[in-house]
Amino acid sequence: MEFETIIGLEVHAQLLTKSKMYCPCSADYASASPNTHVCPICLGMPGVLPSINRQAVAFTIMSALALNCTIPSFTKFDRKNYPYPDLMKGYQISQYDFPIGINGFLSVETGGENKRIGITRVHLEEDVAKLSHRHNSLGESYSVVDVNRAGVPLMEIVSEPDIRSPEQARQYLMKLRTLLQYLGVSTGNMEEGSFRCDANISIRPRGSLEYQAKVEVKNMNSFKAVHRALTFEEERQRRAVESDERIIQETRGWVEEKGVTVSQRSKESAHDYRYFPEPDLPPLVVSGSWVDEVRSKLPELPEQRCDRFMRDYELSAYDAGLLTGSKAMADYFEACLNGGGVTRNASDKPKKAKTLGNWLLGEFTRLLNATNNEITGAKVSPAALNKLLELIEEGKINLTAGKAVFEEMFNTGKPAAEIVEERGLVQVSDRGDLERVIKEVIAKNSKAVDDFRAGKEQASGFLVGQVMRATRGRANAKIVQELLHAILSE
Amino acid sequence: MDLHQLTIHQARDLLRKKEISSVELTKAVLARIESVENRVKAVVTLSAERALEDAGKADKALASGENGYLRGIPCLIKDNMCTRGLRTTCSSKMLENFIPPYNATVVEKLEARGMVLLGKTNMDEFAMGSSTENSAFFPTHNPWDIERVPGGSSGGSAAAVAADEAIYTLGSDTGGSIRQPAGFCNVVGLKPTYGRVSRFGLVAFASSLDQIGPLTKDVRDCALVLNAIAGYDPRDSTSVDCPVPDYTQALVPDLKGLRLGVPKEYFVEGMQTEIRDSIHAAIKKLEELGAEIDWDVSLPSTRFALSVYYIIAPSEASANLARYDGVKYGFSYENASSIWDALEKTRQFGFGPEVKRRIMLGTYALSAGYYDAYYLKAQKVRTLIRREFDEAFKKYDALITPTSPTVPFKIGEKADDPMQMYLSDVCTLPVNIAGIPGLSVPAGLPGGLPAGMQILGKHFSEETLLRIGYAYEQATEWHRQKPPLN
Amino acid sequence: MKLSREEVLNKALLARIGLSDEDVEKFREQLSNILENFTILQEVDTSDVPATAQSVDLKNVMRDDVVMPSSSQEEILMNAPRREDDFFRVKAVLEQEG
Repeated sequence: MEFETIIGLEVHAQLLTKSKMYCPCSADYASASPNTHVCPICLGMPGVLPSINRQAVAFTIMSALALNCTIPSFTKFDRKNYPYPDLMKGYQISQYDFPIGINGFLSVETGGENKRIGITRVHLEEDVAKLSHRHNSLGESYSVVDVNRAGVPLMEIVSEPDIRSPEQARQYLMKLRTLLQYLGVSTGNMEEGSFRCDANISIRPRGSLEYQAKVEVKNMNSFKAVHRALTFEEERQRRAVESDERIIQETRGWVEEKGVTVSQRSKESAHDYRYFPEPDLPPLVVSGSWVDEVRSKLPELPEQRCDRFMRDYELSAYDAGLLTGSKAMADYFEACLNGGGVTRNASDKPKKAKTLGNWLLGEFTRLLNATNNEITGAKVSPAALNKLLELIEEGKINLTAGKAVFEEMFNTGKPAAEIVEERGLVQVSDRGDLERVIKEVIAKNSKAVDDFRAGKEQASGFLVGQVMRATRGRANAKIVQELLHAILSE
Repeated sequence: MDLHQLTIHQARDLLRKKEISSVELTKAVLARIESVENRVKAVVTLSAERALEDAGKADKALASGENGYLRGIPCLIKDNMCTRGLRTTCSSKMLENFIPPYNATVVEKLEARGMVLLGKTNMDEFAMGSSTENSAFFPTHNPWDIERVPGGSSGGSAAAVAADEAIYTLGSDTGGSIRQPAGFCNVVGLKPTYGRVSRFGLVAFASSLDQIGPLTKDVRDCALVLNAIAGYDPRDSTSVDCPVPDYTQALVPDLKGLRLGVPKEYFVEGMQTEIRDSIHAAIKKLEELGAEIDWDVSLPSTRFALSVYYIIAPSEASANLARYDGVKYGFSYENASSIWDALEKTRQFGFGPEVKRRIMLGTYALSAGYYDAYYLKAQKVRTLIRREFDEAFKKYDALITPTSPTVPFKIGEKADDPMQMYLSDVCTLPVNIAGIPGLSVPAGLPGGLPAGMQILGKHFSEETLLRIGYAYEQATEWHRQKPPLN
Repeated sequence: MKLSREEVLNKALLARIGLSDEDVEKFREQLSNILENFTILQEVDTSDVPATAQSVDLKNVMRDDVVMPSSSQEEILMNAPRREDDFFRVKAVLEQEG
């Protein structure tokens, strides 16, 4: 039997507000000592009351708009009750029946096919404290609680069950993350847990329209993990159905090291969240003018930027797509392009764009991947890269030397000129000097010279290579070609 | 007159004239506590040292010309309002050793006005009860008859004022917890409009109903304390940003031009005749003072208030009390076998029976399959109750009712029957459901036991209520009567 | 109708309150009695009535996104029943249990 996979994703993204969702503690807890970004409110002390962070609401409206959602005029907060040691109040202030955004979509492309993934809802809630497991020398096993993270604003984005493959799920997540990064509302860092994903997955015979028992998969900490976990789960469910087992509706956790999902059912669990309207927070009426104001502040989104790159810089759809697929990369690209250097007038831009695109998508990306780095952390600034490109453009160094210089810049952060100086890479373009070297090469390679004269093209390359070697790669290849032909045709 | 018997305004005048010092006054009140507290048991935590320090500071400030009507005047605060560095227990084993690192907004406001804090008063555990018998520590006794309850849940605050153990106190009122004990103890108690006083730092029982208010020896004092604690607080998103008038300006001794209604549903079956007679007599007095009385007002939804209240309050409480898990503060069960065992046993042994009963009730009313029939239904009937009040206040400036259907009952009398206990709040519950203000003033001592008159008005009509209470008080002597404690 | 034992135990589990057998029986009795009184609400026609969750009609109460100093670590931890280093300590919480 052929099966179809049905996947829906729930994404939680921490918002980049300065303060927490319901109290004025700093939300930037990443490098803070334990329990230092905490006040009575986020600790859930007796007597405290929450207050709504306006910026978090604005960020959520902005995200919902970018996801093509409707923003209903009425929204409110609700208490979601589930006692757990990481939940300070014993309930989470979330949103139940009136979320901030509803009925949106995000388009993703897999295998050349464009598909709209429906967005059911976008709502606001708060993060929980961090539990860590410990053992001590007495053999005791216990947990410790750091409350710094509790109360950091979390935006939840729930998709429709429109996703049909683990690869499509991965594409959706990457696209969503890029979108949030463009909006500047979240770092989207999955490894650090500021962008988290739970998945609902079921399978059904292809052609059937019924939904089968779905499994919720949790604990996936990278895009790769999502792909692996869903692929595993798809296969597990298929095998189960094929051997006539019933799929149980349950929550399963992804175990990265073993590459499997395991059931998280527990006799202790009882799920009845008993949502009710949060009495401490009056509802919000989101006026059309507020939505318009947020809409007017929407930055350029990935698709718009891609179109602009194609239009203004005459880049191919492929290059523009790759460059704008990461906000940081696109920002870097434009910082270089607009950073002076060889682009002396607007008409030079497409030419430089092409060169720059090749550098960023070629050498730069290669080195970033090889060293497992992000462009935001690179040691080469846009201005420094421009300086290098200038040296090449002006003929001070040739392309081969340029690549070597770039690698060292990438590793050490040294300016290009300094490296060129230290390594003596200045291009030799002096015709007299080059003629002398060429004549030496001709004298030493009579066979190649004969071949050349007999019309063998490879011989030309060989002779140029010998000249380069003799000049330790510094010779201006164009001039060498020219001179070589002139001398040998004499 | 003994110093401990002074009202705020009397003490303020003497302090201004330098006839007494705050330290003298504070010592007198501490001595009074010393002499009657073994019978009344109103105080959970006494902070005598701190009070004398506060008094010393107040005297210095007064000497340097600083003024303010509460400066240097000793008070007690119900033990569900957080006091920085001073144990705040909610009369629960769960919080027996809890030291708040912050002050409730009302405490901050009173401190800014030179409060002298004597300590914290006993209450029904987490404010759940009508007799103060639900304190995990000890019951409080009614100064008018120490075999009877002082009412609740602010029973300690009411008894303390009646017994002159403080010049004034603060209480909290979720379904009558200021007014009913004020009525039972022959003192003045005001539940302000929901949103008038910040709840920040008030340990939550039922968030949409809770409100802090004063318990005082007369209506002028009530207005003075309300002046100090009312107002918008950015830390309480449900506090209302509207101007705070000087409430003492409303205190005029006549009621000319006021239309008052008497809703018949508040004179319920099972009401004691001595209460009915006292309140009828009081209403006639209001008429003599110039008010126009309509004896035939009907608020038919009143009979649903009890059910609405006992669904909404426990539902909210079930969430509000979920934070007591033995992890961050408070009681924590020692020898648990697992995290879940620890959580369940902490709550089993940290909470008393009434608290557990209400958490169970609220959990039930919110749970899948019952939400619509209980919680949602109650929220809808709540709308009807509120609408009826809104309609009534288009015709009347205020409504007059008894504060409670009975005089104070005996300790232990209703302890085993939760439903009977709940019924003692029938006259006060609808007020919290609608969010309107309610004032209870002394209106009789039938058989030597207090009877309270309740005055209700529309949202933010505290001035009208205080005016009515003041005019009545000026024309009667009930509030001057002292309990036979000596 | 009296609440079943299972029903009481289920609510106790949701509320995380441990109950003795005696408690369970007492709650069955008392809660049933109280709930019985609530049936009076079914008499009321509320078909067109909106629910009231808050008694004062406020809306759009929000604060600006401004950071204020947190409490000191000591103030946060001083009431902790059990601490270890700068953390609250609890019994082992198995990953994702519950």
